[in-house]
Amino acid sequence: MTVSKRFRWSAVLDHSILIMGALLMILPVVMLLQMASTTDVHTMKNGPGLVFGDQLPLNFQKAMFKADGFTGANTGVRMLYNSMILGFGFAIGKIVVGMMAAYAIVYFRLRFATLAFWVIFTTLLLPLEVRILPSYEIVQKLGMLNTYQGLIIPLIASATATFFFRQFFRAIPEELVEAARIDGAGPIKFFVDILVPLSRTMIAAMFIIMFIYGWNQYLWPTMITTDEGMYTLVRGIKQITQVNEGTNLPEYGRSNLLSIIAILPPVLIVIFFQRWFVKGLTESDK
Amino acid sequence: MAQVTLNNVRKVYPNGFEAVKPASFAINDGEFVVLVGPSGCGKSTMLRMIAGLEDISSGELNIGDRVVNDVDPADRDIAMVFQNYALYPHMTVAKNIGYGLKNRKIPADQIAAKVQEAATMLNLTEYLDRKPSQLSGGQRQRVAMGRAIVRDPSLFLFDEPLSNLDAKLRNQMRIEIKALQRRLGVTSVYVTHDQVEAMTMADRIIVMNGGVIEQIGTPSEVYHSPASTFVASFMGAPPMNLLNGHAAGGRVRVGDHDLHHHDQDRPLTVGIRPEDIVPDTTGPLQINVSLIEELGAHRLLHGTLQDQAITIHVGKDHPVTTGPIYAAVKPNAVSLFDVESGMRL
Repeated sequence: MTVSKRFRWSAVLDHSILIMGALLMILPVVMLLQMASTTDVHTMKNGPGLVFGDQLPLNFQKAMFKADGFTGANTGVRMLYNSMILGFGFAIGKIVVGMMAAYAIVYFRLRFATLAFWVIFTTLLLPLEVRILPSYEIVQKLGMLNTYQGLIIPLIASATATFFFRQFFRAIPEELVEAARIDGAGPIKFFVDILVPLSRTMIAAMFIIMFIYGWNQYLWPTMITTDEGMYTLVRGIKQITQVNEGTNLPEYGRSNLLSIIAILPPVLIVIFFQRWFVKGLTESDK
Repeated sequence: MAQVTLNNVRKVYPNGFEAVKPASFAINDGEFVVLVGPSGCGKSTMLRMIAGLEDISSGELNIGDRVVNDVDPADRDIAMVFQNYALYPHMTVAKNIGYGLKNRKIPADQIAAKVQEAATMLNLTEYLDRKPSQLSGGQRQRVAMGRAIVRDPSLFLFDEPLSNLDAKLRNQMRIEIKALQRRLGVTSVYVTHDQVEAMTMADRIIVMNGGVIEQIGTPSEVYHSPASTFVASFMGAPPMNLLNGHAAGGRVRVGDHDLHHHDQDRPLTVGIRPEDIVPDTTGPLQINVSLIEELGAHRLLHGTLQDQAITIHVGKDHPVTTGPIYAAVKPNAVSLFDVESGMRL
């Protein structure tokens, strides 16, 4: 069947809106890339432009391996590593804690389970920023400043994940639980053999959200890490652009390239998990 | 193989609702017992108490020679088939069937052999690597059966296993389940609200209503000698005709018609199965037929017998018309019930 498409002005309008939207999203990245490809002097003189330079390899070298400060520990590689640990630790921790909390609330006849759930839920109203001083004090007193544990553990209690997993578990048919009981699966076996595999789409969706959330953490790492070897990318980049003193130029090339590198892991995670993400939030294979 | 005995087993929910009033009965070894009743009658609760999925409020439940009131479902040596199959969606058919064995720490090669055996019995061998979502309703039902038989339990429990299938498949699976149970000889309790399933599959039927057991008996007993007006109207499609009658001078009369004999003078409910009323030009009953239902193999005539609704079942070869006809009641086909209690007299 051939349908000859008639030319319509509305199609042009639709497409121009879409193209403009796309440009709006892409141009900042192109700008970053452009500034990362020229010398810092060039950028300082001309600002961002459209002419690409040949400094990309050099800037990449600096971005990944050059370190500032006294210890020389905060290279790009090191910061990337720290960010990875924070991102993964944050996401995995939140999923594990959220799933287990939801499991307890949904499947065990606890006294005050509903109350407990709503208490957890209300903590959504108390983000990190509100409780940052007491949290800091606790971490400090536990001697966890400048450690990965200190960076991750205070953040992994998650009302969001608990809520999503609770909703998900409640939709799993009761008969499945009963079949498993008759099949001799105890609480731990049921969780590991049935609930976790069933939740894999949900886990993937949560992982994306939480990884990006963790990766983008700025305030908490700034508070907790003073050791340069513990810096994450997001906070390290800021540090690089800040050394604009005396005759030093800010290292535009290096910091912009590092920004692009900082964007990449979340982007890759989204691309990789996209199919699961949509599945997890929309359908369920129960 | 096991005998199941219930001794005053009762279920009261925390909100005070008594789902099952104290019930006592025994299920013989190898017997196929069907619990039947309308929804909310307590039949599922009864089954779930036997399974151990529901606590028993009071009374004693024996499976084999053990009291199992406080035994975990997994340790009762039972297998259950659920209405929605309750297959594990992320496991293949083989894993679904073998999961219970795996949890019992049976070696993998033995599990594989048993799964193979069960699959062969149920014609599932070519589907062993598929996921439940890739199977049809009937096949899923078979997998659920496979999961039950692979464990060689001493008791099968079925919770309305056919109600999600279409009518044709239901008839077929009904026969398959019955045949399988016969072959394996495993004691079975089967819950359904479908009286056809109850009649065709059961060795004995337990009819429940409002948490009370109304009657326990063979399908024939339950059908032909219902213990109460409830059983009379629940079993059989169309149900038994229940007519207001009166006994006087040893005769039971419905309107002007003389139907039966009874010694006491009292009002009665008279029950007659539609197929026990035969059109007969010389018969004593005059019935005014208002509607004919054509069912192919037979017809149902709906009408009135002196202002009381009545249904007659006639064979396909019998010519029928609306309007008044004459009919007779087959000998010994009349059941009498107390008007107040509905109990059989």
